[in-house]
Amino acid sequence: MKMRRIGAIVLRQIYLLRGSPTRVLPLFAWIAIDVMLWGFITRYLNAIASPGFDFVPAMLGAVLLWDFLSRVMQGVTMAFFEDVWSRNFLGIFASPLSRAEYVSGLVLTGIGTSLVGLAVMIALASSAFGLSFLSYGPAIIPALLVLFLFGIALGVAGSAMVLRLGPAAEWLIWPLPAVLSPFASVFYPISTLPVWMQPISLALPPSYVFESLRAITNGGHANYTDLTFALTLSLGYLVAAAAFFAHVYRVCVRTGLIARYSAESVS
Amino acid sequence: MWRAQRRHGREGPPPLTEAATPQPALAVEHLSKAFDGRIVVNDVSFSLEPGEIVGLVGLNGAGKTTTINMILGVLAPSSGSVTIAGLDLADHREAALGVVNFSAVYAPLPGNLTVAQNLRIFGMIYDVPNLTDRIGEMIDMFDLARYRDTRCGLLSSGEQTRVSLAKALLNKPRLLLLDEPTASIDPSTADTIRGHIRDYAAREKGAVLWTSHNMYEVAAVCTRMMLLSRGRILIEGDPRTLPTEHGAASLEDLFIGLSREPDERASS
Ligand SMILES: Nc1ncnc2c1ncn2[C@@H]1O[C@H](COP(=O)(O)OP(=O)(O)OP(=O)(O)O)[C@@H](O)[C@H]1O
Ligand SMILES: [Mg+2]
Repeated sequence: MKMRRIGAIVLRQIYLLRGSPTRVLPLFAWIAIDVMLWGFITRYLNAIASPGFDFVPAMLGAVLLWDFLSRVMQGVTMAFFEDVWSRNFLGIFASPLSRAEYVSGLVLTGIGTSLVGLAVMIALASSAFGLSFLSYGPAIIPALLVLFLFGIALGVAGSAMVLRLGPAAEWLIWPLPAVLSPFASVFYPISTLPVWMQPISLALPPSYVFESLRAITNGGHANYTDLTFALTLSLGYLVAAAAFFAHVYRVCVRTGLIARYSAESVS
Repeated sequence: MWRAQRRHGREGPPPLTEAATPQPALAVEHLSKAFDGRIVVNDVSFSLEPGEIVGLVGLNGAGKTTTINMILGVLAPSSGSVTIAGLDLADHREAALGVVNFSAVYAPLPGNLTVAQNLRIFGMIYDVPNLTDRIGEMIDMFDLARYRDTRCGLLSSGEQTRVSLAKALLNKPRLLLLDEPTASIDPSTADTIRGHIRDYAAREKGAVLWTSHNMYEVAAVCTRMMLLSRGRILIEGDPRTLPTEHGAASLEDLFIGLSREPDERASS
């Protein structure tokens, strides 16, 4: 792995962001809208519900942390889509850039762009609605890490799907976080789900994060055993996603899809 | 690079005449590719010596681009091997591709980045030393100073080809693959570009594999040519003497004659 090659992928994204408000705006605009929407909803709920329970960390916090995961995923796929949109696969894959370097470049880019979103989110939510991630205590650190790792895993797996299925598959992978959200116990405990849905929930690392954060807002404690398990699980997903990308890449090199990407599918 | 490869062939003392018998820049052995059982490249073997410019010609669909894609590692061969400057592509992909570069009409540089940005990014990917200077050299060589900060998508197709060639020479490749490099270039610029590629081969001892449908061009630039027909190499030789050797009036006549009856020729 050469840092300079990974740096090239990151630099490309910086060049693109610099000249393009269309790319910069989504880094924080949707987050800002979610802060507003859910901020007002929680304010209203706090007004009508019996006093004592604070909806701000329970709901607004949960929504924003889930947004953060989506941003991480989209940061990774966004960088990958740049090569799809500019038909750059031949230039990238016929170069000495290794798959690992390429994917690392995408991941670094995703980390960078999602940190921008996170900063805007924290600034806005704390100034306008008094949400502080610090109120979760030290558990917020493993929590963010799990969401980070799982978001990256989703991004890498999503990129692999687009590589295999063609540019139109973008539409298939954008809503991936939304598809997972009912299972990830973002707003309600896993026990709310019917029994058959619970195993899916238990297989998703974010579920453990939200269970723990909910415990904290209800006056309890984070379950560090669960959080450690979730971290391990996320790492497992990340390794699996990288393996999936490598597998798809090999298939594409065998069938000739890399060289003929516009065909969308070749056997 | 030479040093790195020697690790693989360490038995015995180094040959004294190494300079006289350099490693081929490219060795393709028994390369075949079938798509869904349809054979597109059929047991092709050839090699390129440093400094050689070799033309690869053939009808549309003969398998030229498929061959080039396999040499670039973006298409896995059904069988056979590709060795670049002594490095087996299948086992040493990154090192091998580090000494290769290519330009093709169907692979333009991203149109949403400027000429200078594209050259910088690809220069980093190819790990080019003294990159800023090298980018300047390439911009001068291909007369791109005016477009340095223009987005590639805005350039005319001929200008885009020049940028793509500038990218292809950035890393001073030991092997340069050009798929119809002058296809959309005006005659005068095409002539200049041919001059640059010839200079490059002579000066840097880079080997060039060049596909073209322009027989005049092949005769003018290539020291050797191969005619590919239905995935097989039909004839190979000096483009200036081949026509007479085969009793044809010109290279174009030879091309037309041979590509029309490939089965007959191949079985003789
Ligand atoms: N991935 C693929 N799947 C199926 N068929 C393919 C694939 N790639 C190439 N082919 C077929 O292989 C044949 C050779 O194509 P190739 O692009 O190598 O021809 P070429 O010699 O470069 O032709 P041209 O002069 O028109 O560029 C064509 O018939 C093409 O349709
Ligand atoms: Mg072709």
